[in-house]
Amino acid sequence: MTTYAVEATDLVKIFGKHRAVDGISLKVPKGIVYGFLGPNGAGKTTMIRMLATLLKPNEGHAKVMGYDLGKEADKVRHSISLTGQFASVDEELSGRENLIFISRLVGYSRKQAKLRADELLHAFQLEDVAKRQVKKYSGGMRRRIDIAASIVTSPELLFLDEPTTGLDPRSRNQVWDIVKALVKNGTTVFLTTQYLEEADQLADLIGVIDRGKLIAEGTSKELKSSIGAGSLTVHFDDSEELKKAQNIFISQFEQEPDINEQDISLTVMIKEHAKAAKAIGELANTNVQIKDFSMSQPSLDEVFLTLTGNVQDQEGGDSTNE
Amino acid sequence: MNKPSAIEEILTNRTRPKSPPAIQASATFAWRALLRIRYVPEQLFDVTVFPIIFLLMFTYLFGGAISGSTGEYLNFVLPGILVMTVSMITMYTGLDLNKDIEKGVFDRFRSLPIWQPSVLVGALLVDTLRYLIASTIMVTLGYILGFRPEAGFSGVIMGVVILLLFSFSLSWIWTMLGIIVRSEKALMGISMMFLFPLTFLSSVFVDPSTMPNWLQKFVDINPITFVVDAVRTLIHGTGTNGDVMIVIYISIALIAIFGPLTMYFFKNK
Ligand SMILES: Nc1ncnc2c1ncn2[C@@H]1O[C@H](COP(=O)(O)OP(=O)(O)O)[C@@H](O)[C@H]1O
Ligand SMILES: [Mg+2]
Repeated sequence: MTTYAVEATDLVKIFGKHRAVDGISLKVPKGIVYGFLGPNGAGKTTMIRMLATLLKPNEGHAKVMGYDLGKEADKVRHSISLTGQFASVDEELSGRENLIFISRLVGYSRKQAKLRADELLHAFQLEDVAKRQVKKYSGGMRRRIDIAASIVTSPELLFLDEPTTGLDPRSRNQVWDIVKALVKNGTTVFLTTQYLEEADQLADLIGVIDRGKLIAEGTSKELKSSIGAGSLTVHFDDSEELKKAQNIFISQFEQEPDINEQDISLTVMIKEHAKAAKAIGELANTNVQIKDFSMSQPSLDEVFLTLTGNVQDQEGGDSTNE
Repeated sequence: MNKPSAIEEILTNRTRPKSPPAIQASATFAWRALLRIRYVPEQLFDVTVFPIIFLLMFTYLFGGAISGSTGEYLNFVLPGILVMTVSMITMYTGLDLNKDIEKGVFDRFRSLPIWQPSVLVGALLVDTLRYLIASTIMVTLGYILGFRPEAGFSGVIMGVVILLLFSFSLSWIWTMLGIIVRSEKALMGISMMFLFPLTFLSSVFVDPSTMPNWLQKFVDINPITFVVDAVRTLIHGTGTNGDVMIVIYISIALIAIFGPLTMYFFKNK
């Protein structure tokens, strides 16, 4: 028995001239949520499709649940389930038909398949829409039926490709709860996301991917301490106060804040939360009038800014003129 | 809010049943195709309208000129048009797959531990059912117009069976193209390029002995000619068993070549 759900070594996938995945090695211990974090076009889906036996890597090799991706693809398929980024059930069929259909393919008898479908519909609160075509589902329902179809039999390893992109907060929380329940039950979850907050909430281990390369890996705590806790923004009533505050930051904290004249506000990057509290306290002590202040988590942009040292281009992953 | 406990409860079972045998997997995919027809009955448009239009068109357009009377010509031409129409309709198998396969759900199919060809075999089985519908409509309408099979009802059934075998086998070509070719338009163009000459330059409409020599040579090696001859033979009880055996060989050859090729492209898409 290996202790790793995924052991990838130097995986490369090339489309034409474009290296969508450019030499990624990673190890995912069993029983955790691994968060694969990166912007659009970074190569997340390509990586997942290779690990789920759908794409052959051009270079490198990997073991999934202890089985070799190339030589033991069928054994890999026995241990995994995939919930793709887009419609991973048949949208023309109803939710119940989809679940019966997948249950039959997994090997259940006709009777067991119906039973299993109804169990899943109940647990995922989809009973009311069981007979409706999936294409008429809301985004949240669709994601739940996608995941339900993936756990017709509990997989040892579940791939979830951007499970919450485009969902409202309530649906997103439902998906998070489902993931937590799965992991509690012993399933390893490999999920991709564009949101730092999601990786932060769910993932035990986060890998940051950009332009086909793994540029950082660690727990959410480790990643954050490498890039700081976020930023502090303070608003003032007039620019007089703003000026005073700016001087305090420079003299007391040896930090040059970003000034926004229009909003009459300033922003500083903060290494740890305690420091932010200290700064606000200092402003109050010196009688600077504050209108309000807010802390924000480091955004994905800031993570990339810090990790890659350059602003990530919005075209995403075009590497022709590097 | 969702209760995690409800989901945890249904997760307790980790034992996975044995993967289904190839037949069960294929039947399950066939069931999917049938359900899709139930939701989108327009899918049956081609198999109902084409037979009717083709039969009426060719019977009354050529009937008088070629045989002198439409009734006599119908007896000769119906088996031919039947083969032509169903062969043409097989093209839609590729077109449907071409659209279907772009959908995310195919990633799920391909990540399941099942006999992979079942994904396509199931769909092709239901398409064969569509070909049967087309055949039934055409024979029925033909009967109303005066078509009288000389080998009786059982001859018609045997003729249709051999035609379905051939069509199922022919479908693998379009299935393969449906996987490789990117756009629906290009696929349509390629299919037409093959199907038009193959169906028209055959024994569908006229006896090849009336054709110029060079054309006869092509018609005589055209697989569609063999199928038309076999179906005519069975329907009118005129020919030999040899005609039927040739079609069976052609069908086996088509599956043996294009089945594995299709699966190769399906796996490595
Ligand atoms: N089948 C394909 N053919 C050509 N290029 C592709 C294909 N799939 C993905 N790509 C390219 O590879 C890069 C990575 O894509 P993807 O893995 O989907 O990124 P992500 O999932 O992180 O958004 C993108 O630039 C995308 O355009
Ligand atoms: Mg993606």
